[in-house]
Amino acid sequence: MESLYDQLMKDVRFVEGLKACLNCGVCTAICPAAEFYNYDPRKILNEVQKKNDETIEALLKSETIWYCGECMSCKTRCPRGNTPGLVIMALRALSQKLGYFTESEKGRQQFAIKRTVGENIFKYGYCVATYAVKPELHPEQGPVWEFIINHSREIYERLGSKYDELGEGPMRKIPEDAREELRRIFDVTGGTSFMNLIEEHSKRKAEELGYQTGEGTNSEYFIKVYTENSGKHNQKEP
Amino acid sequence: MDTSENRRYWIDYQKEIADDHFFYVRSCIRQSFFPGSEQFFLKMMREILGKDVYENPSHTTCTGIGYHTDIVPFETIMTVIARHFALMKEAGYSNIAISCVTSFGIYTEIIETWKHFPETLEKTRENLYKATGREFDVPENMAHTSDIVYKFRNEIASKAKYRLINRHTGKPLKVVEHIGCHYSKMFPKYGVGGAEFPKVLSGMIEAWGGEVIDYPERRHCCGFGFRQYIVQANRGYSLSNSVKKFESMKPYRPDFIITNCPGCNMFMDRWQYAMREMEGKTYGENGLAIPVLTYEEVAGLVLGINPWELGLQYHMVQSEPLLDKLGIEYDPAEKYITKDGNPIPAPENLVNIS
Repeated sequence: MESLYDQLMKDVRFVEGLKACLNCGVCTAICPAAEFYNYDPRKILNEVQKKNDETIEALLKSETIWYCGECMSCKTRCPRGNTPGLVIMALRALSQKLGYFTESEKGRQQFAIKRTVGENIFKYGYCVATYAVKPELHPEQGPVWEFIINHSREIYERLGSKYDELGEGPMRKIPEDAREELRRIFDVTGGTSFMNLIEEHSKRKAEELGYQTGEGTNSEYFIKVYTENSGKHNQKEP
Repeated sequence: MDTSENRRYWIDYQKEIADDHFFYVRSCIRQSFFPGSEQFFLKMMREILGKDVYENPSHTTCTGIGYHTDIVPFETIMTVIARHFALMKEAGYSNIAISCVTSFGIYTEIIETWKHFPETLEKTRENLYKATGREFDVPENMAHTSDIVYKFRNEIASKAKYRLINRHTGKPLKVVEHIGCHYSKMFPKYGVGGAEFPKVLSGMIEAWGGEVIDYPERRHCCGFGFRQYIVQANRGYSLSNSVKKFESMKPYRPDFIITNCPGCNMFMDRWQYAMREMEGKTYGENGLAIPVLTYEEVAGLVLGINPWELGLQYHMVQSEPLLDKLGIEYDPAEKYITKDGNPIPAPENLVNIS
């Protein structure tokens, strides 16, 4: 069987992101995630470099690979041209492919992201769209957002938008043939099967934990993974 | 590009930005949260600067938020971007103008990947053709739309009705400029001034009469963190990083913040509301919050455009205190109306409105 390290090496982001780490820790010093989480990108690169399957499997099942915010500040600063953020992206991809992401609280959140951003892409042709940002899931958006949601058409029209209609402009409706092309691109490049995998592994985990997965955001498991927080993510391991 | 002898040292930090004929690609976040900014960019380019900018309604999301939340594979996003390049080629354009910093970063990452791993370019061509029957060329010139406004900053200054000067004191307004991480931290050569000396926003502020604040956490991320904001359980990450910046900039008394990234703009605006609600804290002068504007909104204000036509009222932090400092006249009755002038009931509990 192919080792986990060899599987990671098939991802060009891993090849590009991990050349030779000298363990200086500059990535950790500049990292916004390391500031607030118990997170150390230097340590992750160190562990991956061991090329040990057991160590890599533990990482793929861990909380720690989900702490990075992919700001990529580490790329600017690494004196050896490594990008811990890219290594993280390769680890997350493999964790989802193998179903290991369901073993951590932060990993399980991929289900909520697939059910929101992922489904928006196919439904609307946008990752984010006004009508898909529900005020009840986003209290920090404040009363102005509720106002925008309640008066969308008038507000966007005043600013020159063809709100949810065909043609040019902000918040235009993406034509069906363009969305169909997007779907075909996902089919041909493995994007569709990847999202199906997230769904399948999540359903298996939800069943094991006794939650129903329902449709869209209307599901017990969605609410669980979207809101659950052990409160221990900023604490040093014992 | 300035290539004179005394500027040679800075050659790596300069960027060639096309002068005309742009293929424009929108941002999912900006068109949802700040649609007035994208619209004003097009109006300014076409009607004020006389440039040709083309928009294709079949342009879709780049899937960048999905990519950076790790639910979209690299091969997939490379092919989605290739489709955008195909639409550009079919329309006869070779200069791309990108509204979103996340998209911009992805375009740079993909183009660099195709250079480092040529087999991925061939595979993308094959994938796109198989999925859509389309073929593409890599753009000759790739600019973020803030690059383009930077390029024309002096022309905008020459047409300006207002300068970034406090009319009560006669002194330049103090401005925090915040550049999205993916603009140049990943591939510095694609940004004006690179990652070390990013000039894209400070150049605008200086040209329009303001003074740029240099504060300790100037280059710290706004805290978007993709999954760290999108999933409710993680939002402490996002808020904490923004607060770190606000605390650091507060002693310098900024009059406003200018950003070039959709996420940064939204978070620095909304988290000020959240901090007021959660802890009663504000970061501007006299108990007010700091207005957070896009570069198009700032360009629009100096050019004398009606602030309500730019959409300033759709931020949480309201801009009236800033408009008063600039001496810009505005009609409160026009703030919340339809395009035909019918009033819409105003939202309550906004920030900076007593």
